[in-house]
Amino acid sequence: MNCKKEAISLMHKYLDGELKREEERRLRNHLQNCPSCQNHFHELKRSITLIKNTGPTSAPSNFTANVMNSLPKEKKRKNYIRAMQRHPILTAAAVFFILMFSGIFSAWNQDQHVTVSKQENLEIRDKTVIVPEGVTINDDLVVRNGDLKILGKINGDVTIINGEIINGKPNGDIENNLDSSTLRAYTGELNEVNQVYEWVWYQTKHIVSDLFSFESDQEE
Amino acid sequence: METMIKQKIKEVKKGDQSAFEDIVSFYQTKVYHICLRMIGNAYEAEDLAQEAFIRAYTNIHTFDEKRKFSTWLYRIATNLTIDRIRKKKPDYHLDAEVRGTDGLDMYSQLAADQALPEEEVESLELQSYIHKEILALPPKYRSVIVLRYLDELALQEIAEVLDIPVGTVKTRVHRGREALRKRLRHV
Repeated sequence: MNCKKEAISLMHKYLDGELKREEERRLRNHLQNCPSCQNHFHELKRSITLIKNTGPTSAPSNFTANVMNSLPKEKKRKNYIRAMQRHPILTAAAVFFILMFSGIFSAWNQDQHVTVSKQENLEIRDKTVIVPEGVTINDDLVVRNGDLKILGKINGDVTIINGEIINGKPNGDIENNLDSSTLRAYTGELNEVNQVYEWVWYQTKHIVSDLFSFESDQEE
Repeated sequence: METMIKQKIKEVKKGDQSAFEDIVSFYQTKVYHICLRMIGNAYEAEDLAQEAFIRAYTNIHTFDEKRKFSTWLYRIATNLTIDRIRKKKPDYHLDAEVRGTDGLDMYSQLAADQALPEEEVESLELQSYIHKEILALPPKYRSVIVLRYLDELALQEIAEVLDIPVGTVKTRVHRGREALRKRLRHV
């Protein structure tokens, strides 16, 4: 066997773990008869052992923290998404409130035309709803986006949303007054809703009184 | 462990940065080790290993989950380190023999990086001598030797990490072994 070429290449094949059985036999036979190759093989194996045993090197103690600190910042949006995933109940509550309030706000902003709950016997002029003289309404009245002028009588609650009550007397000697005892044009409650928060409150109250009607009866 | 890492990678891909922490702490020693043995300087090794993890994080979407993560990560680390070695070359050759000395190269001029406890000095002296000999190898042999014997990767995996054919890996391992044999025979 040629030491320089064949034997050494077989040694490397052995070290790579790719030696076939037949080749292994030939290499062993050669090594037994060739001290210089034996020495070469020994030196190769020894140098591998030496470099393998160079001791464990652990990364610096604060390595992970340093890496984490120098990572590019996460996108905010993704942060929110993960926060939502972590707190599903909070998310559900937030979504509920967003939907509820946006519904109420949009209803407030969109209805800019005058609407009245009961159209019978009422006159509407320039955003003013007039209860004509001699007319008596035996029900609750709701006016949206308009003023209310009472010349006749209302037997029930009056609700004015985004508007106000105008003194019905032609002389105007009685001041515009919301006190039902002064006006006496209607019986029951008068509600004026002019601000968004009042509107929200009105809506909430409405829902609550619908749900627990006995409760609102007691309040009245 | 592999499945845990896979899960963490999925989380990182979804944008969960904190999941990357476990990946870093799991691979930090290996990556640092590769960099240190190839570059030979603790500060630079730390810098390179850190850079490798940051690159892995920013390019995580390009990682194919069917493949081995370690291979991909080592590839980033070795490429960075090889680039750094190449850039260093014009400044000074550590391999170069110091003028007027017999066989002393620049490595003998470098101060040791760490302070050593005295009882370990002797075995550590041998170790640092061996480290020097590894560093004295040309980079292309050094990288395969480090991956083969310090990180104990299979030849096929080294081929994937370095993106070279397995045959080339074998040739380089053989030549690297022969070079080390010559350098370490007197130890």
